[in-house]
Amino acid sequence: MSCWETVQAYAFRSLGFGERLLPRDDFTLCQQVTLIGSGLIWNVYFGILALAAGFFLAVTVALGKSSPNPLLRKPSEWFIFIFRGSPLFIQFFFAYFLFLWLKSVSSIYDPFTSAWLGALVVLFLNTSAYTGEIFYGALRSIPRGEVEAADAYGFSGLRRFRRIIYPTMMRLAWPAYTNEAIFLFHATTLIYFSGFPALQQRGDALYYANYFADKTFNPFVPYPILAAYFIAVTLVIVAIFGMINARLNRHLPRESRPRMRFRFNLMR
Amino acid sequence: MACFLTTGKHLSFYSSFATVLLLLALTAPTALAFGFGAAMAARAPLAPVRWIGKSYIAIVRGVPDIAFFLFFVIALDQAFEWLRHKALCPDWDQPIRQGNDFVVCDAAKLPLGNSAQWVHEAYGFFVAILTFALVFGAFAGNVLYGAMRTVPHAQMETAEAYGMTRSQAFWRILVPQMWVYAIPGLSNLWMVLIKATPLLFLLGVEDIVYWARELGGSKTTRFTDYPHGDWRVWYFLGLLVFYLCFTRLSEIALERLTRRLSRGQATLGGEALRKAGA
Repeated sequence: MSCWETVQAYAFRSLGFGERLLPRDDFTLCQQVTLIGSGLIWNVYFGILALAAGFFLAVTVALGKSSPNPLLRKPSEWFIFIFRGSPLFIQFFFAYFLFLWLKSVSSIYDPFTSAWLGALVVLFLNTSAYTGEIFYGALRSIPRGEVEAADAYGFSGLRRFRRIIYPTMMRLAWPAYTNEAIFLFHATTLIYFSGFPALQQRGDALYYANYFADKTFNPFVPYPILAAYFIAVTLVIVAIFGMINARLNRHLPRESRPRMRFRFNLMR
Repeated sequence: MACFLTTGKHLSFYSSFATVLLLLALTAPTALAFGFGAAMAARAPLAPVRWIGKSYIAIVRGVPDIAFFLFFVIALDQAFEWLRHKALCPDWDQPIRQGNDFVVCDAAKLPLGNSAQWVHEAYGFFVAILTFALVFGAFAGNVLYGAMRTVPHAQMETAEAYGMTRSQAFWRILVPQMWVYAIPGLSNLWMVLIKATPLLFLLGVEDIVYWARELGGSKTTRFTDYPHGDWRVWYFLGLLVFYLCFTRLSEIALERLTRRLSRGQATLGGEALRKAGA
């Protein structure tokens, strides 16, 4: 089979299209690159949807945590503590078995036991907690002067939040939020190793990389391929978030713009 | 109920908590040592050493950590066997990689094919610790490297003015002062390390995740005196609570440590403590 035929057969294997059987022997480099890349579709799917949905919950949770009203503050604090204080791996396991149990109660929960929805819900809640904490930190470090100036100009309530506080919060939080996006994307690799089944061998990039490493007993080919894919996507994330960062800070003189610093201390 | 909770398998479950704690106790210092070495290498005056240190720190960036875990477990195992193979069987003429198989001579197998069960488990645990230490060593190296650069430059200049050599200044001035700058990063790393322990399961160690899955699964009367349905959700709820308590306790302990280390330091935290005491 030529390489182009392999690409045709396996490019969308992770979604269930193309060749049914995974390669069993005579593994070629082309097969490995194609299949691992095919699995990457799932990583991108989980990453983008969880991040987009999590953004809104995160803003809500951050506002809740900084609220003076304990009825709003306590739930937000607990939500953040529970999802940041326990390993994502355990959260996936717990959620999977919880959904399995709920499935026996009502059939509404059927789709939740498959990864595309169940894991997405967990990732969504998890990233909301992490992002909420980032936004909360940004909210607390908004310069006093800006809020006082807003008060002096007669802004109040929703208008003050929307025009003054929210943009500054985004600006302050953006570098940390970029990190969060990168690590959320990396965390998507945990899904198929934590209970959620890869039906008909439709898995993510790490699932296929692990498949090849198990079959060939040679980790030195599939894992570097996986690493290359992930570094590429990380660079894309950095580029996109960097552009948004530049737009958020477009009113500031160039040298006083906050620099994006990338740290890797967020593994869950 | 009491009988159910003290069956042999449950005792294994409880002792696997000790496995996790043992892993943490062994990995944390090892990773710190690796990180310290990496940070020292990254500051070395000799360029090749510096490159090695910097690339070791940088290589973990951009790739999911779990991929490293899955990779290192096989890679380390094969590296050990390959080294032993070279040392023990010099007159072996067949290739080591035969198609999909990794073949070394019998004497080089790790652990030896005829060794006891506990040796196999201990070896698996050892590889797991080494894997954790390698990955977290790179994280710690990054933190320590940053901390070493944050120590005020004037301190090092003063050391030079007093006639200290490079290594004297490093050990007597830089190292004692860097910890307070490293503590936020290191305590973050400790939390991350705690939360990475369930990944032991992926490395093939019989840890708490393994036992929770085993014990929670449905049991019929054929295999046990205590049949029950699918209780895995409850076992994992237990694990969740265990980890929450553990991270909370660590947070409190690290908070105390930060206060202790800020004492007498030329930082805002140290200044606040001095004022509070006076």
